Amino acid sequence: MTIRATIGALLLAGTALCAPATWAQEVQRGGTLNFTAPYGSSVGTLDITASAEVQTEIVAHAMHRSLYKWNPETGKPEPDLFTEVSVSDDGLTYTYKLRSDAVFHNDKPFTADDVIFSYNRIATPATASPSANFISRIKGFDEVQGGSATEMSGLRKIDDHTLEITFTASQDPGFDLMQNYVPIYPSNVDGSTQATQPVGLGPFRFVEHVPGSRVSFERFEGFFGQDDQPYLDRLNIMIMGEAAARDVAFRNREIDVSVLGSQQYQEYQADPDLSKGLLEVAELFTRVVGFDTTKPPFDDKRVRQAVNYGIDKQLIIDKLVKGKAFPAVGFMPTTSPAFDPNAQGYAYDPEKAKALLAEAGHPDGIDLPVIANQNESWGAPIVEAIIPMLSKANIRASVEPVENAVLEDRITGGDFTSFIWSLSSGPDPLNILRCFYSKTAQSACNYTKFSNPEVDRLYEAAQQERDEAKRNDLIRQADGIIREEAPYWFFNYNKAVMAYQPWVHGLKGNPQELAIQDYDKIWIDDSAPADRKPQ
Amino acid sequence: MGRYVLRRLLQMIPTLLAVAALIFLIFSVLPGSFAGTMTGGGRRALSPELVAQINAQFGLDKPLPVRFWDYLVRLVQFDLGTSFRTREPVIDLIAARIWPSLQLALAAMTLAVTVGIPLGFLAAMRPGSLLDSVTMIGAVSGLSMPQFWLGLLLMYVFALQLGWLPSFGYGEGRLRNLILPAIALGFAPMALLARTTRAGVLEVMSSDHIRTAMAKGDSPAQMVRWHVVRNAMVLIVTTLGLQIGSLLGQALVIEKLFSWPGLGSLMVDSVAIRDIPVVQGTILVIVLWFLVINVLVDLVYAAIDPRISLR
Repeated sequence: MTIRATIGALLLAGTALCAPATWAQEVQRGGTLNFTAPYGSSVGTLDITASAEVQTEIVAHAMHRSLYKWNPETGKPEPDLFTEVSVSDDGLTYTYKLRSDAVFHNDKPFTADDVIFSYNRIATPATASPSANFISRIKGFDEVQGGSATEMSGLRKIDDHTLEITFTASQDPGFDLMQNYVPIYPSNVDGSTQATQPVGLGPFRFVEHVPGSRVSFERFEGFFGQDDQPYLDRLNIMIMGEAAARDVAFRNREIDVSVLGSQQYQEYQADPDLSKGLLEVAELFTRVVGFDTTKPPFDDKRVRQAVNYGIDKQLIIDKLVKGKAFPAVGFMPTTSPAFDPNAQGYAYDPEKAKALLAEAGHPDGIDLPVIANQNESWGAPIVEAIIPMLSKANIRASVEPVENAVLEDRITGGDFTSFIWSLSSGPDPLNILRCFYSKTAQSACNYTKFSNPEVDRLYEAAQQERDEAKRNDLIRQADGIIREEAPYWFFNYNKAVMAYQPWVHGLKGNPQELAIQDYDKIWIDDSAPADRKPQ
Repeated sequence: MGRYVLRRLLQMIPTLLAVAALIFLIFSVLPGSFAGTMTGGGRRALSPELVAQINAQFGLDKPLPVRFWDYLVRLVQFDLGTSFRTREPVIDLIAARIWPSLQLALAAMTLAVTVGIPLGFLAAMRPGSLLDSVTMIGAVSGLSMPQFWLGLLLMYVFALQLGWLPSFGYGEGRLRNLILPAIALGFAPMALLARTTRAGVLEVMSSDHIRTAMAKGDSPAQMVRWHVVRNAMVLIVTTLGLQIGSLLGQALVIEKLFSWPGLGSLMVDSVAIRDIPVVQGTILVIVLWFLVINVLVDLVYAAIDPRISLR
């Protein structure tokens, strides 16, 4: 498949994201959904502000709401806890008219105090919250972090339902404040109790946490959603890190959805029944091999380009990843608004790779040691597959398998020549471009120590640009330079696949993370097993 | 005997301290850090300031000897520290997991004892018979079968094909949820007990005092009851003690596979994200369990064999 045809297929997949949501059936109320959290075997804490784990996020999204919410169909943040917003001329001050119909699970009405309480709590150094990055552009954040203030000066209550937030940059705050990691907690509850007895504004109320096994919720009657939302009476999130166990439980109808790996994807596709219930989405993740662009020989872009030319990524995607990915053209994925549909990726051309190496002064080739974890789609098995391809281009690749914790530590610590990883490439393209800005710390996502004056200029211009189309155009230009500079071998964009039972409706193809669903919009019909179907 | 038990309990203290020191040092030199794992798997990156803040929050910015001293001081006060991940006391996390772990371990051992020991006895009573061959083939298979694979096989047969039992989950501690993980976990100890029992009984059966008993005209039932069981028991109890002792630690694969809320899965998850206080705490509990079982085994020795005295 050509790159252009692949992009066409991908865009088609993007538009078909919501197939289960468009079921022409009348919504049924009630019943129990057994959802799955597939990324590990436990949920550490129920306080999402103390965690950076997706497992926790999957659980938190049932209980909590943030100021903004993500719309996977438009790819943009939109209002959730406010109904109107006005922005000052300088683009720094936002005045929010907050919802007056939102109530917490403890019956406390939602007010501006709760937003101020929640954001100040995250900013406080004593909480050491990994969510702090998401609110760091609120004025006064640095003072709170530095200990010279206890509250951010950028948060001002005008009345119970009017809140003014002043930011330090005119960037759209929606992408940061829509994160599940910055939920609004009730100001009349001690934040430290959220770890075990969470209270939020979300559609489901916490019932029970069986560590390593399950988190259960019940419908919150006071939820501010439309119509009868949430439709379900009960929601169980089953913690199931083992793909094989999920497979058995799904086939046995004990769980209603399952996230599939590449091997299972192929098996489910081949099954006439299971293939009818597959939800696919091109996620905003780019799988890459990253080079330390300051270390010879990878400080020469011709060497980095040679690696890109030296690998037949389509073959690896077909044979090893079983088609559960789309070949990458550059860093920005096809589902990003900054993606350039006319961009040409690196075609497989070992001769050109050899020529580039010779031109760069390496006629005898180079060594490419890659640190990798054991992930089947972006780990050691992939590096092993590219070794023979690269050897044809005079690139002697080798793999150094390490445990995931070591991989992450070495990448963020800059202790590598090259690494293979899966990196978030959305939803906010400007935030992604920040990872190629030379002033961004290596540990804070400029992993390859990339530095290019033109990319810096474009990033700074995009930061100031308030017109979305023009901003995306600037980012698109920068992405073109990054593609040319090749700090990464651009491998693939992930295709996430969720299997769902025939009685489940309302799932959406969330390209940010397919396993995070709007549970309030999910419903099940009466063909569900007797113990879970609507009564 | 009271003094013996007290002495053995006191002896546990230096052992536990040595284990604690070893775990601390191993995890201090092991590559990987808690803050480093907070990338959400490539989804986000923390600023260097935030990483420093997180490290300071958990005292990870202090020099190693200071951290080690702080750890020991807490430990002697029975304080296992605070989890980096959940920010709750480690003891609370362990307390929530200990009963499911014990449930699973005890169920697995019940299966191993009630099936493995009688099978071994029966096989030894009729060496070379069909029962003996089948038992020993089963025992070798049980010992060589990976737990993970056996667990999946049980799920496939009893949940998916027959629909008799749930394939995963704790299910409020219901017996039907316990059966499959207990079989998967207990199968290898059952096989080992069957083999050990058979070997022990055969050895006793070939000894002089049994020949004397037979010459005296004891019935086979009397002979087994008075001479074989007690003599074979020392070997069986030794094997049993080792198996029970190591079961808590061995259960991690099964716990992860069946989404069982036990100590093993807590430990594995904590290792993966370098939540060191929890790793240290769970290992200490598992070691303590092993030591307690060892004391109990020694007490049982004395009860079944008067030649062994407890001093």
